[in-house]
Amino acid sequence: MRPVYIAGIGQTSIAEHWDKTAQDLAHDAASQALHGYTGSIGAVYVANALSAALGNQSNLAPAVAAGLGLRGVETLTIEAGGAAGGMAIRQAQLAVAAGVVDAVLVVGVEKVSDVLDERREAALALSMDADWEAFHGVTVTAQWAMLMRSYMHSYALGAQAFAPFPVNAHANGVHNKHALYRFAINADKYQSAAAVAAPLGLLDCSTEADGAAAVLISATPPVAGAVIRIAGSAVASDTVALHAWADLLQLDAVRWSFERAMAQAGVERSDVDVFELTDPHAIAAILAFEAMGYAAAGTGHLLGSSGAIRPDGSTPVALAGGCKARGNLLGALGVLQIVELTQQLQGSAPTQVADARVGLAQCMSGIGSTVATHILVRDA
Amino acid sequence: MELARHWRQRNARYRLEGSRHRTTGTVSFPADHGTDEEPFCLSGRGSVLTYAVVHAPSTGHEAESPYIVAIIALVEGPRITAQLTDVASGEVTMGMQVEMVTRLMADTGPDGLLLYAYKFRPVL
Repeated sequence: MRPVYIAGIGQTSIAEHWDKTAQDLAHDAASQALHGYTGSIGAVYVANALSAALGNQSNLAPAVAAGLGLRGVETLTIEAGGAAGGMAIRQAQLAVAAGVVDAVLVVGVEKVSDVLDERREAALALSMDADWEAFHGVTVTAQWAMLMRSYMHSYALGAQAFAPFPVNAHANGVHNKHALYRFAINADKYQSAAAVAAPLGLLDCSTEADGAAAVLISATPPVAGAVIRIAGSAVASDTVALHAWADLLQLDAVRWSFERAMAQAGVERSDVDVFELTDPHAIAAILAFEAMGYAAAGTGHLLGSSGAIRPDGSTPVALAGGCKARGNLLGALGVLQIVELTQQLQGSAPTQVADARVGLAQCMSGIGSTVATHILVRDA
Repeated sequence: MELARHWRQRNARYRLEGSRHRTTGTVSFPADHGTDEEPFCLSGRGSVLTYAVVHAPSTGHEAESPYIVAIIALVEGPRITAQLTDVASGEVTMGMQVEMVTRLMADTGPDGLLLYAYKFRPVL
């Protein structure tokens, strides 16, 4: 297998794009990623979770490719719920590493603002078990809320233990011109926010929004600038139904994909300088850090209160605002994470981790039935 | 109508029918369709493992909002996701003993189905 590099990135703002279709958004992000690129494109992979459910459009990839003037190219639309973006990056990495093609354009796009909240919740619930979970009115947010309550009960914690995560996300999002929410919050506001799925409050719930991100993945690094390589790439799956897990507080698929990706990359936990996670709620980031071994069971919340998750901490996360402040791009999230980490490793991020060399992106479907983990490394 | 989609789950939804392994006695819900499994009706008794109160419902559940969803550890071993009923959210406790009841889950419209299924309430 040959090395695989990031050769271009692009993104739209994360917002309610009333005037744009999914294809428009994909075109905007992809055009940026291809800017100045003169080589060939072997394939176009489009990651999306909800277009078939909310946009009356399946098989997005040929439309995106044709819009870019790439008629005839091999295309693939990838749906894996909220893990679709990471899955598309994984498939592109495989195709280029194997030598099948020299470059793959990966575009993640999500368009959710055309419908009201109830339909969006129902669409999000498609990633869970239809007969044994969604039928009973369970939402993904309610599943995270149940995990949060279980965590609070198991470790005798109050809701305030979770506040540092959204507070950090919002503090970072202020500086990201593409972010959905560019204002700071504090622990007092977190505590007094209205319930969405108690114990989860409004300021601990991400907002899904419209947007697109694109990454050009190539066997050749760009001629100028930092050389950024996909050093580790792994996907793991788990039982779809949450109630079937042996231990509700163990995100096993996060751990499995993390361990495989780290082994491929040949890096240690302490080598990772910056993280982007599927962090729609604090509990998601806390359980992910525990699953990855950055905190023992029941202590992940301390990464928040100790400041470790802040830009100058040991495990900085949500540098562009995370799902909470930047906005949740669902099936496109895994592509956007690669854009944001590439900027970190280039040293050009709006909230920069000093001299970041190794970045980790982890995206998941629902509460973790499919998880993709990628390790990016800036080569000397 | 989606008649068959709901009809084929009738035994599970109306009488909590899962399966039991003929040799090991291990009970599964939903039913395990492997060899050496036989149909088995669970007692409907269990305890609340965790729960949440849904204020932002999905389509078809708007009228019930806010409602309580829970993961219940059934006494025979399996866990199940279901709504709690006949109880106020402030009265639910972790580990609370609950029992299965049959309730209307959804009305799919004038030409559609009335869908019934299990919910759980505090043990009477």
